[in-house]
Amino acid sequence: MIRIRVQLPAHLRTLARVTGEISVEIEGAVTQRSVLDAVEVNYPTLRGTIRDQMTHRRRAFIRFFACGEDLSLESPDRSLPEPVATGREPFLVVGAIAGG
Amino acid sequence: MSSVRVLVGTHKGAFVLTSDGKRDKWEVSGPHFGGWEVYHLKGSPVDPDRIYASQTTGWFGQIIQRSNDGGNSWEPVDNKFAYEGVPGTHTWYDGTPHPWEFKRVWHLEPSLEDPDVVYAGAEDAALFRSTDGGKSWHELAGLREHNTGPRWQPGAGGLCLHTIILDPSDPNRIFIAISAAGAFRTTDGGKSWTPINKGLVSNFMPEPTAEIGHCVHHVAMHPSRPGVLFMQKHWDVMRSDDAGDNWHEVSGNLPSDFGFVVDIHAHEPETIYVVPIKSDSEHVPPDGKLRVYRSRTGGNEWEALTRGLPQENCYVNVLRDAMSVDTLEKCGIYFGTTGGQVFVSADEGDSWKPIVQNLPAVLSVEVQTLS
Repeated sequence: MIRIRVQLPAHLRTLARVTGEISVEIEGAVTQRSVLDAVEVNYPTLRGTIRDQMTHRRRAFIRFFACGEDLSLESPDRSLPEPVATGREPFLVVGAIAGG
Repeated sequence: MSSVRVLVGTHKGAFVLTSDGKRDKWEVSGPHFGGWEVYHLKGSPVDPDRIYASQTTGWFGQIIQRSNDGGNSWEPVDNKFAYEGVPGTHTWYDGTPHPWEFKRVWHLEPSLEDPDVVYAGAEDAALFRSTDGGKSWHELAGLREHNTGPRWQPGAGGLCLHTIILDPSDPNRIFIAISAAGAFRTTDGGKSWTPINKGLVSNFMPEPTAEIGHCVHHVAMHPSRPGVLFMQKHWDVMRSDDAGDNWHEVSGNLPSDFGFVVDIHAHEPETIYVVPIKSDSEHVPPDGKLRVYRSRTGGNEWEALTRGLPQENCYVNVLRDAMSVDTLEKCGIYFGTTGGQVFVSADEGDSWKPIVQNLPAVLSVEVQTLS
């Protein structure tokens, strides 16, 4: 079991009623899918806010970053970078910058 | 003593405005869900402390919030709105087939009998129902699967189901309206639906009197007369005396019959209110004067209500769900503007005062009369 660090955008922290970074425990491969599955299990109010409820595809204005890399277009089943998978670096969920 | 609670959905959160029955001094709480668009909030008629709210953004999608204490605290409930079966397509702006895609909830209509039952009108147009206080949602798919569904086209605001009217005399009869498909009625609790657009004329359509395709902006019904409906259409104010089977125009002497809201006096079913807007290409009041128009004859003969409303340099809009009435002895009328004002009239529209003036753009206004 590995504890993975996750940073959420402000609106989702408010919705999940957390402050600062969260962490989730992952057993097995550390991928976008396994991390987001764990986030949604631990914080059910976030279901549908990061990924579509039905297709589990990333919402259009959400991006994923880690270790200075944009992972948004990577396969959700690809292993996350080693510093994320070992809990040294956070997995970043970022809302696209837009006005309005 | 009676009091009122005004639920205001805005472009950047929700606000709750409260006053005693005099409706003179107000307390404002909010923003709730700050930064999110709140298309609509509405309380249960049988348990006024049970309130549902639709919270949404383009970034994070749809959230449904529920309060059990009159809006003091909120809890997110389920937000999974799945179309039944394989949804197929409707018609896109350019006439091509386009897949049905859930985007947001425009309107929440709590049951008249059970606080755990609530209906949700969605974009792309569909009607959902929850029977467990919002913990799960199920589509009443007979509407979207109506044989005209593949021909429904969005209005400028999207293909939205924005009006839900529950008939207090018949729990199986529901009226809904969709921009820009038109109005529909069920008499079997939502299993099957009938378009009720006969008499509507929409000159922007290739066939102006077609069965569907009309851009209905809002419909109102007085609970004492469920067979009489009033409609603000894209253009034209309309009336039906046979539960939507036939409509006739009652725009009469309005300065413009374009607009979004229509509502009915709580105690006088023939007294109705609209806010004329200049045109479909300029969503502002005519002449920069914000005027509510009242008809005491069920339409056709209208009087301008101006006292207390800005009568120069006013260029705001009043959106389709942004007018409501209370049920106090002297009926109160309320509306919100895209300029962030919420106005109240405690004397049936004769005079107006702002409750607040600098909110974000107001998307919806609902009033609860509390005893």
